[in-house]
Amino acid sequence: MIRGRGLEKRYGRKRVFDGVDVAVPVGGFALVTGANGSGKTTLLRMLVGLAVPTRGDLVVGADRSRVGYLAHEPLVYRELTAVENLDLFGRLYRVPERRERIGMLLERFGLWESRNERVSTYSRGMTQRLALCRAFLHEPDLLVLDEPYSALDEDGAALLDRELDGLVGAATFVVATHDPDRLGSIATQRLALA
Amino acid sequence: MTYFSDVAALTRKDLRVELRGRDTLPAMLLFVLATLVVFHFALPEGSGDTAAYGLLWVAIVFTALLGLSRAWVPEQEHRVLDGLVLAPCDRSAIWVGKTLATLVFLLAAQAVALPAFVLFFEPLDAPALAGVLLADIGICAVGSLMSAMAAASRAREVLLPLLVLPLAIPLIVGGVGAAVSAEPDRFILFLLLYDAVFAVLSWASFEYVVTE
Repeated sequence: MIRGRGLEKRYGRKRVFDGVDVAVPVGGFALVTGANGSGKTTLLRMLVGLAVPTRGDLVVGADRSRVGYLAHEPLVYRELTAVENLDLFGRLYRVPERRERIGMLLERFGLWESRNERVSTYSRGMTQRLALCRAFLHEPDLLVLDEPYSALDEDGAALLDRELDGLVGAATFVVATHDPDRLGSIATQRLALA
Repeated sequence: MTYFSDVAALTRKDLRVELRGRDTLPAMLLFVLATLVVFHFALPEGSGDTAAYGLLWVAIVFTALLGLSRAWVPEQEHRVLDGLVLAPCDRSAIWVGKTLATLVFLLAAQAVALPAFVLFFEPLDAPALAGVLLADIGICAVGSLMSAMAAASRAREVLLPLLVLPLAIPLIVGGVGAAVSAEPDRFILFLLLYDAVFAVLSWASFEYVVTE
């Protein structure tokens, strides 16, 4: 699914990382670890096509319609409700039976009761749950998740564990995390950035 | 059809965000009205209609700049633009949606400003109104692209007028010409040509502005 060789990223004179090799097979589950500033987010942005390597070769075997991305920021509109946000992205991703899919995700992620409230009124944890709904909305083949447990309470984290367990093998995962032990049992490989 | 339904969804979203947040339109309305009132008292008696039309265009361009400076703010919060760029729709649809929404805000501001101009200064005839409409389309088309460029910069508030104002000069020439010239058709045609050329250029180049 993903093959990258000798990847390097620089912003001007600042080197984010260099000499990074990545190979994730279809159905694989890769954990990306590293200290703050080691380039985990930059690498993930590169994998989804939001950043371009300064040097090296990168091939991702999924076009952007099949990629789900959970970023540091939730990528949802603050002034729209959860339903309106997911409906907008559902339209843009051409999700079949969009309303049913949105309802199912909101129910599963515990946001059904607050589905018609503006995101600006959500707590950080609720916003993260909505961001996860957005990433899973179009049932992507490749899921790139940046700190997915960030801001989730115990219930939310357990819920995400169940989601990921259910999708292992059916989709390819690249997950950046500071807590690799949590996903150690389902990960098939690890990439440590220095 | 898919392209147009994407544009419709994105425009609807922008209008809904503004209706909820009310961050842009009230500011545009207050600004354009305040500017016209200031000009009404600042312009000496007997200055003539040419000077009045000139001031109308100053008010229109700076009101548009005010709207454009807010155009991509909802996308900057929570970095939603990344989400839109990753969606499998044609990326130019994002620009078309933003241009249409900005145009709606500008037209709404002018629905109040133009009657106020007539009240304070001079009547507006059909060519003058056509000039305003065509210039609105041009400034929103070019401005939405420039605003997206400026939004990616730290100095966005400074950068936007520097990018937009030089490109708006032909629109002001055309708009004032359509209002005061004995042959307004030439200026209307000039504005139509400007709109067509710059809309196509902005439509084609938007993808390169929002991707690395």
